[in-house]
Parts: sequence; C-alpha cells; structure tokens
Amino acid sequence: MALKLKLHTKPEVPLEADCICPDRMQSLSLAEIENLTVFHGNRQVPLKDFFECSGDFDGEIDIEGDLVDVKHIASTMSFGKITVSGNVGVHTGAAMSGGEIIIEGDTSDWVGPEMLGGRITIKGNAGHMVGSGYRGSTIGMQGGEIIVHGNVKNETGHVMRRGLIVVGGNSGDFTGVNMVAGTIIVLGEMGIRPGAGMKRGSIICQTKTELLPTFTKSCDYQPSFLRHYFKYLQSLGLTINDSLMNSPFERWCGDSIELNRGEILLYAGK
Amino acid sequence: MKIKSTIIVDTFAEAFKMYGSRFIITAETKEWAMAAAQSITGFATSVIGCKCEAGIESIIDANDSPDLRPGVSVLMFAMDAESLGKRLMERIGQCVMTCPTTACYNGLYEGSSVIVGGQLRYFGDGHQISKVLGGSKLWRIPVMDGEFLVDDKFKVQESVGGGNLLILGKDQKATLKAASAATKAMRELSDIILPFPNGVVRSGSKVGSKYKKLIASTNDAYCPTLRGVVENSELDDGINSVLEIVIDGLTLEAVEQAMRVGAIAAAKPGIKKISAGNYGGGLGQYHIHLHKLGLEA
Repeated sequence: MALKLKLHTKPEVPLEADCICPDRMQSLSLAEIENLTVFHGNRQVPLKDFFECSGDFDGEIDIEGDLVDVKHIASTMSFGKITVSGNVGVHTGAAMSGGEIIIEGDTSDWVGPEMLGGRITIKGNAGHMVGSGYRGSTIGMQGGEIIVHGNVKNETGHVMRRGLIVVGGNSGDFTGVNMVAGTIIVLGEMGIRPGAGMKRGSIICQTKTELLPTFTKSCDYQPSFLRHYFKYLQSLGLTINDSLMNSPFERWCGDSIELNRGEILLYAGK
Repeated sequence: MKIKSTIIVDTFAEAFKMYGSRFIITAETKEWAMAAAQSITGFATSVIGCKCEAGIESIIDANDSPDLRPGVSVLMFAMDAESLGKRLMERIGQCVMTCPTTACYNGLYEGSSVIVGGQLRYFGDGHQISKVLGGSKLWRIPVMDGEFLVDDKFKVQESVGGGNLLILGKDQKATLKAASAATKAMRELSDIILPFPNGVVRSGSKVGSKYKKLIASTNDAYCPTLRGVVENSELDDGINSVLEIVIDGLTLEAVEQAMRVGAIAAAKPGIKKISAGNYGGGLGQYHIHLHKLGLEA
C-alpha cells in the first residue's frame, strides 16, 4: 500500500518540502513521517501541519491537493514512484537520479533542474527552465527523461548535457539554449532562438521555425533514429502523427558561435 | 520407434555450448533489410571454417520493429562471447552498415554485453553522435545516404549449437523433398536458425582425417558411395542419399523443439530412417536423444 499525503492546509508562503521523497521516507514509521521537517517560509514545522498522512511507505507516494506553493518535492530522489494528483511547485525533482514522478496537473518553473536519471511525466503544462541548470552552472540535466504532455515556457533544457526532454505542446523562447548534448523534442511550435549557443545535442520540432543565422542547413533527410524515438514516445502515451513518422526533416547544424556540432531537425513535410 | 514407415534410430545428436546473439536489421523496404540479412549470414555455415554460424530467424513486420520499418531478425553464434563480439562488429560493419537505409539493433535482453556500435562509431571520424533512449545507447554514424543507426552494445547469451537430424532416404529426390519439408516446418519456430544453405547440409563431417592437417573430414559412414568401402557404414541396402539439418538455438528447448518438428515433417514416404550425428558423446555438452523428443505423440 502506498503512502498517501493529502494537503489539508494551503501554505501562506512557499513550503519547502524536500522530505517528500522516497529516499527520506523509507524505513520510517507513519509517525516519523508525519514529523519530518518542512520549511514554511523561515519556520521549521512538521509535515503533518500541512499534510494528512496515511498508509505505509512501500516505495510509492501518492500526493493529493494543489501543491503549487510546495517546493522541492522529490529533490535528489533516487528510487520509487511519486504520483501527484494536482499541480506542483518549483524545483520538483531537482537533481533526481532515479525513480519516477507523475504529475497529473501543471508544474511551476524549474522542474527537474540538474536531473541525473529517472523520469518525470507532467500531464499538464510546465513553467520556465524545464530540465535546466541552475544559474551559473555550466551543466544542467545529465540524464533521465522529462515528458511534458502540454506546453512549456522559456529556456527548456538550458545547458542540458544528456537525457531526453519531450514537449507535447509548444515550447517558449530559447529552447535548448547553451545545450551541451542530449535531446529535446517539441511536438508543437518553438519560440524564438532555439539552440542559441548550443555545442552538441539535438532539438527536434514538428513545425518550422526561424533559426538564428549561426545555423546552417545541412540537408533534408529521414533520420531513422527519430522513428525509434517516436515509437518510444508512443509507448509513453504521446500521440505521434503518421505524417511525422514518414516525412523528411530539415537538418540544421549549429551553433557556429560554439562547436557547430549541434543539430536542429525541423519537420519538412507538407 | 517409427513415424509412419520411417524408422527413428535410437541415437542422439551431440550438441555444443555456444554463445548466441539476436539482432534486428531494419531498412526502408523489406528488400533492403533482407539484402543486409543475406549478406551478413553469408559464409556463416560452420564455426569450423567461418568462425561463426548465422541465419535468418524471422521477418519482422514494420509495426513490431524498433523503428517502425520492415525488419529481419538474425541469430549469430560463436564458440565464446569474445569471438562472437568480434564477428558481430566485423559483419555488421561490412554487411549492414554498407547496405543502404539500414539500422541494426540488439534483439536480446538477457546475458552479457559485447560492444559493437561502440567500436563501429569510429568510422564516423569524430562526426558520430550518441543517443541514449530507454537506458540503451545508440550511435548515429554519418554515411552517404544519411545515417547508420546501431546499438552501442549487443547482448550475447549461452546457447546451443549443432543440434541435428540425419535424413536417410531411398534416393536423392525423396530425401531432398523430406529435408525441404523439415526445414520449412522448422523455420516457423523462433529462437533457432538452420545455418547451412537453405537449411540443409550434404557434406556432414566426422572428427579428424587421414590427413594430419585436417580437423574434420567427410562423414564416410553416411556416404552412400562408400558403402562396401568403409567398415563402419551406417547405411542399409536401399538407402542411397543422406541429408543433414543442423540447428543452432538460443536455448536447448528451442533446439529440441526444432528437431521434433523437423523429424515429424521429414518422415515421408521414401525416407527409410531418421538419425542424428554424434561423436560418441565425448565432445558435446548436450546429448539430444531422438527417442526422448516425444515423437510418438
């Protein structure tokens, strides 16, 4: 039976709850879990002040409520599964290295920053800086997967080095900015300046987008690795049009102000 | 024991521990996938002379293939994991990467790993790109028609090589017909291949030779032209042709099942006996007794 947490009191200021994580809750009794420390603003309070706890921890945590003001859920998580039937706040899954987080609603900014492994699935929309590095970091996401069924805002995959980010809807500006490697797939439209400053890595988009002049068109072709990816995405519940599967893509290489080893693949079908 | 009028000899096939791999070749059309598969399984009949044994296991429908393109599943076997890794690297590099539009994926999920794409990537001369998806790494190697996609590592597992049936017929025509029926039935099965031409071998061998440099020579006991010449002929009056079907499989059960299906299909009019080849039992790790295959059912 999974551990169930239900938000009974909405925090007046953001609540830092990095204790909501399988790594910190394993081998604890329900009473011990209820008394784990969270930060309500600058005050330390027990978890039970905000969450009603029930069940037993068996590797899974189900969370109920609008957690938009709850920060750092599943930070540094390495195993297990968290399901949130609602929205979540910033820094969800920060530096996570394993396990799975499923969010039925939306997330705020900074979901999966500097993530190392595991998977975060967001059924709704996500904010800015999905899978990014923190300000000043030269390396962001280093592994794992972030699957957003809806839209994301700006700087998705900033300084990303490895891993996969998939956006089922549209992405904001500067998608993959300063990307080092890894893969970003956008099934909707991208905002301006995707791939700015990218060294390596792949940004794939279903719609044509104006690119920076520091990107050069290589060719039109059908990359077989994309079908491999699309099949994988279908298995994760994303809808991939047949036209996308069977059409050529424009390959643009860049950013030439950096290594020029990155690529942006833009759907070239009619 | 008999199946219809065919005698099932009370003997066993002596099979060996080998290492096997499965890989999937995909391409834009099934013809190109098959072209690569035929190329990579060429000159791969016997580990003695070809360093590996390989064959086509099945055709893969586009909906079931890793990249939703038509595919072919190939099994390859060698005597140890290291040499199998080398054969995979050489043959995928020369026969699949060279074939237009193809990609090559690992098709096994158990066993140890050998690095294949991780070595072939150097052909990309620094322009190769790695991708990690679902925990496995792939390499995209730029080639003149686009990219060759290959898994970084391929799984290899302990397998069984050298399962066999000997079909002893009244003449060449009847024996060939029975062998064809047997291979047709056996090809419906998964986890096995028949590495010889069209699944059948006529030059069965025994261990050793009068010539010191040869480690194997013709199986004189089953050569109809040598009845009356050699003392150990296994052929009775009326047996004028013998064909062998060799089976390599990923598991012992798969090889046994193939032998069972093949023996039943081969038991046709004109086939006097169905036997199996062995070396006295001292060489192979697996003894597959024909009378224990459940042929009576």
